[in-house]
Amino acid sequence: MAETKPIVLQTEALTKNFGALQVTRSVSLKLPHGCRHALIGPNGAGKTTLINLITGQLKPDSGRIILDGNDITDAPVAARVRKGLTRTFQINTLFPDLTPLEAVTLAVCERQKVTGQFWRGLSAQQEAIDEAYDILEKLKLGDVATRTTRTLAYGRQRLLEIALALATRPKVLLLDEPAAGVPKDESQMLFSVISSLPEDMSILFIEHDMDIVFRFASRIVVLVAGGLLVEDTPDAVRSDERVREVYLGQAHHG
Amino acid sequence: MTDTTFTQATARGWLRSQSRWSPFEIIFWLALLLPFFLFPTYLPLASQIAIAALFALSVDLILGYAGIITLGHAMFFGLGAYCAALLGKAGWGEPISGLLLSGLFAGIIGFIASFIIVRVQHLALLMITLGLGLLTQELANALTWLTGGTDGLRIPRTWPIFNYFRFDLWGYTGYGYTLAVLFICFLLSRRIVNSSFGLALRGVRENIKRMPAIGSAYQSHQQKIYAISAAMAGMAGALLAQTTSTVTLEVLSFNRSADVVVMLILGGTGRLYGAIVGAIIFLIARDQLAGVNPQYWYFWIGLLLMVVVLFMPKGILGFVSRLAGRRD
Amino acid sequence: MSSLIIILFDGFAFGMLLFVLSVGLSVTLGLMNFINLAHGAFGMLGGYVAVTVMRQLGFPFLLALPTAFLAAAIVSVIFERLLFRRLYGATELNQVLFTIGVVFVASAVATYFFGTVQQVLILPEWLRGSVELFGMRFGVYRIFLIVISLIVTGVLVFGLERTRLGAQIRAAVDNQRAAKGLGLDVEKIFGITFALGSGLAGLGGALAVEIVGLDPSFGFHFLVYVLIVVSVGGLGSITGSFVGAALLGIGDVAGKYFWPEIGSFLIYMLMVAILFVRPLGLFGKR
Repeated sequence: MAETKPIVLQTEALTKNFGALQVTRSVSLKLPHGCRHALIGPNGAGKTTLINLITGQLKPDSGRIILDGNDITDAPVAARVRKGLTRTFQINTLFPDLTPLEAVTLAVCERQKVTGQFWRGLSAQQEAIDEAYDILEKLKLGDVATRTTRTLAYGRQRLLEIALALATRPKVLLLDEPAAGVPKDESQMLFSVISSLPEDMSILFIEHDMDIVFRFASRIVVLVAGGLLVEDTPDAVRSDERVREVYLGQAHHG
Repeated sequence: MTDTTFTQATARGWLRSQSRWSPFEIIFWLALLLPFFLFPTYLPLASQIAIAALFALSVDLILGYAGIITLGHAMFFGLGAYCAALLGKAGWGEPISGLLLSGLFAGIIGFIASFIIVRVQHLALLMITLGLGLLTQELANALTWLTGGTDGLRIPRTWPIFNYFRFDLWGYTGYGYTLAVLFICFLLSRRIVNSSFGLALRGVRENIKRMPAIGSAYQSHQQKIYAISAAMAGMAGALLAQTTSTVTLEVLSFNRSADVVVMLILGGTGRLYGAIVGAIIFLIARDQLAGVNPQYWYFWIGLLLMVVVLFMPKGILGFVSRLAGRRD
Repeated sequence: MSSLIIILFDGFAFGMLLFVLSVGLSVTLGLMNFINLAHGAFGMLGGYVAVTVMRQLGFPFLLALPTAFLAAAIVSVIFERLLFRRLYGATELNQVLFTIGVVFVASAVATYFFGTVQQVLILPEWLRGSVELFGMRFGVYRIFLIVISLIVTGVLVFGLERTRLGAQIRAAVDNQRAAKGLGLDVEKIFGITFALGSGLAGLGGALAVEIVGLDPSFGFHFLVYVLIVVSVGGLGSITGSFVGAALLGIGDVAGKYFWPEIGSFLIYMLMVAILFVRPLGLFGKR
């Protein structure tokens, strides 16, 4: 069934070297419309690097990235976001002195291209404010919307990471360890929020906790030493010998 | 603690309250009228303060809000001053059009310079702002036929404002004029920082790396505010030329660039009023201390800088508002 | 033709003076990212120390130079321990303002003790005058400057490449976190580097008196030159500082000779252009 859905994001033979070290080896990946893919792999497999390449924080040495049929390999980060390709960061990358309401309103205003309007008061941007508040409310951040970001609890800040990304109305959302550093019970909560995101949004997330991965992912992409090892359904990945060997086995021992 | 009735309307209301006028602000502006009545002999100094405050305000827009450090903003102050002076010398002494033209001129140069400014950060940014400032001064020094070189320019008395208020010897008109321009520019700045554009600038200051990831082509924001700031600095320079009827190379000097940053830091960055409070303290202190011995003025200002950086990182206003227990 | 060679020679000698004044800042900036605008003030200190020990204590010139080095190094360590290290994590703006504050104070203190007059330093007989080579006259003191600077360069390069401390400094400049991970005491390394760098500035200040004079504005005046050398050369690069200083020295002397009106203008223009194309400087890596 899943094969019939149109492909939204595609990488073709994406390759990146850091000096002599090949951190991404010819990765070709397809994300269909509305997917919930997990990206897994042992430490140093190049998962974050792959996301950095797709979203433009890094430039690939070769290969192509195609979003909605358009080649975006050379597009700057902001342009990709405006085309609907957004990410979150493994380490909180927020605006410490802004409130969540201000930060998300900012992201909405950027999407609506009204941030150049220096002559119009912010409170006149009603739609943007309402939308920002709705996003915060949906992510259970409504009650802290007007508190300074730096004073928020860590788990709340992780949610704000996602809220900022949602404000850009992504077609494709790449989540780099959204639950990094969050206690297990809270991370379940976080992922239930993620799984309730609109169905037409294509999501790829990096996660280390296998319980969560098997519970929330419809397909799993396994990256090893920068190369694509397997891309299949959770059941198939679970029973795959190679995955067991290089990844699950290792995880079980260590 | 958690407000259970928090809704969209509360969110809107909270954002609106962020830009509302407080009684303190109204009292502050009314107090700036006091020199007319209480210290008429100090009106020329009061004009100098208003001009410096406007200049510091322009620097606050880029430094305090958009995170662009500058050590060469006197470049735009000086360009505005020379523009106004040359207009005056050419026989056009109408103050308001002269002011606007000077601001426009500095703003255009600022916009051109901004293409360089937004490309660099850190030490390179410091050096490029410093370098642009120094080279403008050198250029003005070399173009003696235009700028009068080290002798400077003397300009005919500026025409009356609205063809009615003459620039008098005691400085009533001068202070009224500079204060009015300061107030209008302040209103404009206040509008800017309370707009969605101002929010984007704060985003740039808070976390420039995150801006692209929320889809922001932030360089265009920085360029826009840099040009606006340059125009405002140019108007401050024009005010100086118009009210004192002289311009010397000092308007372009590194000292002026450094002094304005010092004023801003003293008052506190990113809060608009810091610029004005800093200018008041700096210039009154200089007026008092320099009378004793000009050599040691810099000793005190240097010491003050060190103390402020170490103990009052948010400036005097930040310090006071922390004492008063108010939210920053 | 011969005047061109003399200009190149004078410019190079001036550049070498700038190199001694600035190389310390380049290394400390590369190491700690601490923008120390008071570096020139340590140069000024060296200058005043040299003048004073020669005049009051009758030190010979060759002894006054190491004294200037030592004095600047010792005073800088006191400043580093007491004040500067509080600012390593601070914003660039705060570092800039604090160290400018130090320059202001230093300048006022110098005025208090020495007044605003230009200080004179009496050179020994053998450093005065000039020698004739191929029909051109070269200033002896400038030859001396070049020799001293080349010795300094040699010692620095040897020290960085061949000694244990040098290896540690290079490791810390390249990657501070990794260096800490390897168990290096980065703070101590930085303290020593800072002292050596400021000492060199002091030496440079003493050497500069004969060429450019010495008054309380020295710290400011040379700040701009020093910063140009550091930023154009690239942080943490001795080669960069050397090339940057030589270029600036020759450019400055040549510019003022051929186009006295706009010589400085051209220098600033060139600096802005170089930094625009290469924001990290000619030899900068990060």
